[in-house]
Amino acid sequence: MGVGIEVTNLNAWYGANHTLQDINLNIPANHATALIGPSGCGKSTFVRCLNRMHETNPIARVTGTVRMGDLDIYQDTTPVEIRRRVGMVFQRPNPFPTMSIYDNVAAGLKLNGYSNRRALDEIVEKSLKNSALWDEVKDDLKKKSGASLSGGQQQRLCIARALAVDPEVLLMDEPASALDPVSTSKIEDLIFQLKSQYTIVIVTHNMQQAARVAEKTGFFLNGRMVEFDSTHKIFTNPSDKRTEDYITGRFG
Amino acid sequence: MAQEHSAIRRYLLARGNSAIADRVFKSLMVLCALSIFAIVVLIVTELVQRSQLTLHTFGFQFFWKSYFDPTTGLPAYWDPVNGYFSALPFVYGTLVSSLLSLLLAVPLAVGVAVFLTEMCPGFLRAPLAFLTELLAAIPSIIYGLWAVFVLVPLLREYVNPLLVSGLGWTGLFNDQNPTGLGYFASAVILAVMILPIISSLTREVMTAVPHSQREAVLALGATRWEMIRMGVLRNARVGIVGAIILGLGRALGETMAVTMVIGNTPQIKRSMLATGSSMASVIANEFTEAVSDMHLSALIEIGLALFIVTIIVNAIARLLVWAVTRGAPVTQR
Repeated sequence: MGVGIEVTNLNAWYGANHTLQDINLNIPANHATALIGPSGCGKSTFVRCLNRMHETNPIARVTGTVRMGDLDIYQDTTPVEIRRRVGMVFQRPNPFPTMSIYDNVAAGLKLNGYSNRRALDEIVEKSLKNSALWDEVKDDLKKKSGASLSGGQQQRLCIARALAVDPEVLLMDEPASALDPVSTSKIEDLIFQLKSQYTIVIVTHNMQQAARVAEKTGFFLNGRMVEFDSTHKIFTNPSDKRTEDYITGRFG
Repeated sequence: MAQEHSAIRRYLLARGNSAIADRVFKSLMVLCALSIFAIVVLIVTELVQRSQLTLHTFGFQFFWKSYFDPTTGLPAYWDPVNGYFSALPFVYGTLVSSLLSLLLAVPLAVGVAVFLTEMCPGFLRAPLAFLTELLAAIPSIIYGLWAVFVLVPLLREYVNPLLVSGLGWTGLFNDQNPTGLGYFASAVILAVMILPIISSLTREVMTAVPHSQREAVLALGATRWEMIRMGVLRNARVGIVGAIILGLGRALGETMAVTMVIGNTPQIKRSMLATGSSMASVIANEFTEAVSDMHLSALIEIGLALFIVTIIVNAIARLLVWAVTRGAPVTQR
């Protein structure tokens, strides 16, 4: 089951670039939350702060607090532990090319020394079913490499890999932007089904996508969060002029 | 997080935060990295300590000095029996043979690289590149043997007489010694030995030049050669200079093959066909026979100088190559 995320006064920098400024936001548990905004507005940086991936860049810096459940992820724990609890799907599918499909999905568990064969088999099957890939790959699980799949299948494989460790939060950074429309709609269906079990945060360029999958939507602009509300409200009756301009296509 | 967790989640939560594992790994890696520095520092301190005697007696004069031998009436540089110690002929021999080898190797190496990257048919590229790089894997003693039995007789019988008659007037190619050994023979063998490193690095920096640069030049109506000159070599020139300097670094320190063909006489001659001696070859030749403290110390000081020079030359070369290939995938075309 997922946990909620409470972000207070989050600021982030890349070198001298102040990419996130005073972000305050409560992401509800077991729902999908979409983050929209023009390129370079800081939404990707924001999700990368939620699993402390931001700090893997040596010139990056973060201040503020992020609480997941009762845990302050910047004070109470290490990046390693937090990333075991928070799954992430990247913009470009990045399966491990030297591993079979099975090993790709099991990677997170094997990494953690989990070696119960029967349980692994079950988890791999369940994760691939959850990511709607099972029927397409069940015959080649250990025969084919993760890189032999199509782009859309690779991305669903990456989702299965993230789901296999049963994360409490699933971060998705424009998971469908490199995919064709058919694969995109499969990923969207998937998010729709998964969001009752996981807290999902999805960054997207595509406003229709946000409207289709998310209950809550945040609008980012120039490193600030302009507005955060129910998706319905954001798209029908935004309270900020800038949000309205963006969703009606007047800029961005 | 008060809800009931799945089995998997409970297993992962039980693993804790792994802070210690991360820290242990980090300190191990730091230790590994530091050991490299420790080795370099140990080498330097050992060389400096064991060459104290000549360092103090001669100072920097060690590399300038020349003596006058009263019995022969000729200048003398190195005669351990009579106590003459000057590194000048060895510095000269090293510089002359290395620079001459660059003159021979660079045009050839760049030609090989241009052929391999720009005009070689696909099926030949991999085998040819492999073969040139294989040259680098041959032990230098084998090069030395080949030089003694094949190269030197060839030079003596055919090449040297031609050089004497054609270029003798420059003063650089007269005074042939009857053995065929000397600066020129060692330069030729060095050229063969540094060819693979120069050509493979040149190839690497050339492939790092983006394809769009080639197209830009071709679209201006350039011929193949003009395209290579303006679109490729020009962009890669810093890296090519780096490759050349790296070759120089290897030539400076090369010991075995040079020792076998340079002639090992501590003299300074203008003619490339004369015998001489290099910094590395004098150490290899005399180290086991050095009995006096001064002799040993002098050899170690030559070693120290060679060490410092090759480190600096290599550092410059690596920096130049790195400046060009940084971030560029080697296979990008």
